[in-house]
Amino acid sequence: MKRREPGASSESQRTQATESVGRREFLSRSLPAGWVLLAALTGCGEQTGGEGEETAGAPEEATGGGAETAVPEASAAAENPLAGYDPSQHNYAMAIDVDRCIGCGRCVEACKTENDVPREPFYFRTWIERYVVQRNGHTVVTSPNGGISGFPPVEEAEILRTFFVPKLCNHCSNPPCVQVCPVGATFKTEDGVVLVDHDYCIGCRYCIQACPYGARFLHPVTRTAEKCTFCYHRLVRGLVPACVEMCPTQARIFGDLDALSSPLARFQRMHKIQTLKAHLNTEPKVLYANLDGEVS
Amino acid sequence: MESHIQSLMEVLQQTKGYIYPNEVELHWGLLVVVYPYVTGLVAGAFILASLERVFNVREVQPTYRLSLLTALAFLLVAPLPLLAHLGHPERSFEIFLTPNLNSAMAMFGFVYAWYLAVVLLLEIWFDYRKDAVVWSQKETGFRRFVHRVFTLGANDLSEDAVAFDRSAGKFITFIGIPSAFLLHGYVGFIFGSVKANPWWSSVLIPVVFLFSAMVSGIALILILYMLTSLFRRVEIDMRCADKLASFLFYALIIDFSLEMLDFIHRLYEAEESIEILSQMISSRLFISLVVLQILLGTVAPLVLLGIFSPAFHTRAFVHAPAELRRLLYFCAAILIEVGIFSTRWNVVIGGQIFSKSLRGLTVYKVELLGLEGLVTSAFLLILPFLILYALVKYLPPWPEAEVHLPSKSES
Repeated sequence: MKRREPGASSESQRTQATESVGRREFLSRSLPAGWVLLAALTGCGEQTGGEGEETAGAPEEATGGGAETAVPEASAAAENPLAGYDPSQHNYAMAIDVDRCIGCGRCVEACKTENDVPREPFYFRTWIERYVVQRNGHTVVTSPNGGISGFPPVEEAEILRTFFVPKLCNHCSNPPCVQVCPVGATFKTEDGVVLVDHDYCIGCRYCIQACPYGARFLHPVTRTAEKCTFCYHRLVRGLVPACVEMCPTQARIFGDLDALSSPLARFQRMHKIQTLKAHLNTEPKVLYANLDGEVS
Repeated sequence: MESHIQSLMEVLQQTKGYIYPNEVELHWGLLVVVYPYVTGLVAGAFILASLERVFNVREVQPTYRLSLLTALAFLLVAPLPLLAHLGHPERSFEIFLTPNLNSAMAMFGFVYAWYLAVVLLLEIWFDYRKDAVVWSQKETGFRRFVHRVFTLGANDLSEDAVAFDRSAGKFITFIGIPSAFLLHGYVGFIFGSVKANPWWSSVLIPVVFLFSAMVSGIALILILYMLTSLFRRVEIDMRCADKLASFLFYALIIDFSLEMLDFIHRLYEAEESIEILSQMISSRLFISLVVLQILLGTVAPLVLLGIFSPAFHTRAFVHAPAELRRLLYFCAAILIEVGIFSTRWNVVIGGQIFSKSLRGLTVYKVELLGLEGLVTSAFLLILPFLILYALVKYLPPWPEAEVHLPSKSES
């Protein structure tokens, strides 16, 4: 089974139109070069090299950075996405390295595109916040259109520090939204992802009230609750969430909490981890490194 | 859809500070304000009815049946605002079929069904059965049909049967008091148990809801008793009105004390949310909370009732003639209703106006039309009175309409 490589594939598409060199010849020359260049630029080789292979039993155990996101069984998965997928073998989580986020908004755009999220600026499965902490102790937080188009230059004076924080559903182990849903339309999957059954949701919006993170909204067309699913349709195909795939700085790392050796496991070993609103005992599975105390 | 998006765009312009992007849309609007207000009236009216039955407060006897019918009329309407507010009302039956037993809201159907079927309908049936039998014997046409159906074929007018009616009614009232507490305490719990929301998350909320329910229910019955007496050109029993005013005063004192306790507790603890909540109270909620709920809806009626009702002694502090007392009681009751509606507004809307990021405030724009708009809400508040009118037509609650069967010794 041949590994499909998204970066290389886009490169090949570009060349088809421009080069007069023989197609086969060009591909055979450019593919390895493109792979090496891309790996060097994104640094994904450093983080994922070998480890993706180590977790071959869990093919979806991949990380951000774009390149190492496809799976060996991709073509089989395309025929029957759920073939061989065993949710009991996984316990998904996402780590976010706040220091790596540059607020470019690619993740927000990827999420909206991948999941067909309404484009209006009040519906987000993921968004980015910019914190500007001033010398006088005052903190200004902004998220223009969820940060989808990046951020304007900082206007505040006397800046002490500033940083970006990506936000999304925390897929809590102890989710208040699941607790309050009167019909059980919001539920936690065996592999630890909190989902909404849109054919079952009655649209009472109690889950939206119960979520401490503002991660839910009511879809204006379906009139049901909506939120991040960790791109579950991709997970079962062995792919990582779209936001993770698109992040150019690998600020988002996705994986299996139970895997002993994985980028996520390594990330947890190498960083001090915090979660949002830990005092509420929701036990989030979105794990932050280098999180500032100002973040709420 | 277009207008909805347009309206959200306007809201976005009016937000202050930082709110999470998904918080621009305020999800529980006017209909959800109407819901706890209406259920509160149900619980309050029923608790008032139980005063006569269980605690033998004879003075309020003229309002006993009126209270029961009012509770029923409002209970029939109570689920409608919830239903209208759902994104998929056609799926609401799922709450009964596959309830999530961990959800406070899932219990709604069961608490509601228990209260409607077991408590209110049974109590009204036992209370009116003998009357309906006698009325159906004297009447003709549709009224006779209605009363016959009401009796469900139980036409026994023997002394034993009537005595059984009475004791069964009393037993149901005994069950009914905790049930009324459950009904409205439960509504409070729906809000009080949301730990994500510092404005709602309080163990006192169900208790505050309960006492505010009693206040609003008693005030409503006082208003209805006065208005119906006026329209029927019947003299108001001032002993009854004085007693209702006294009970209104007691319930209001407890309600206000609990609310102040909650308020002072928050202020003293001064948790991280205190700053944004203070901002909200002094800006977005100033009129509805400080002016309408506290000053006009609580302090003013407390002063009126404290001075003019015989709440402390057999005589009031200032003895006013009956006509003036009636007017003052009526004004106090109206103010209380406005105040309790504001209380519901401040809980429901207030809990969503500040961001859970605790860094900003949004605004709530009431729509005029639409399923969740002002017109629908007004209709749902008027509808119980129309139902009550129909109920009163067929089951007159007036003391003089009640059938008194001659006992064996008399006959």
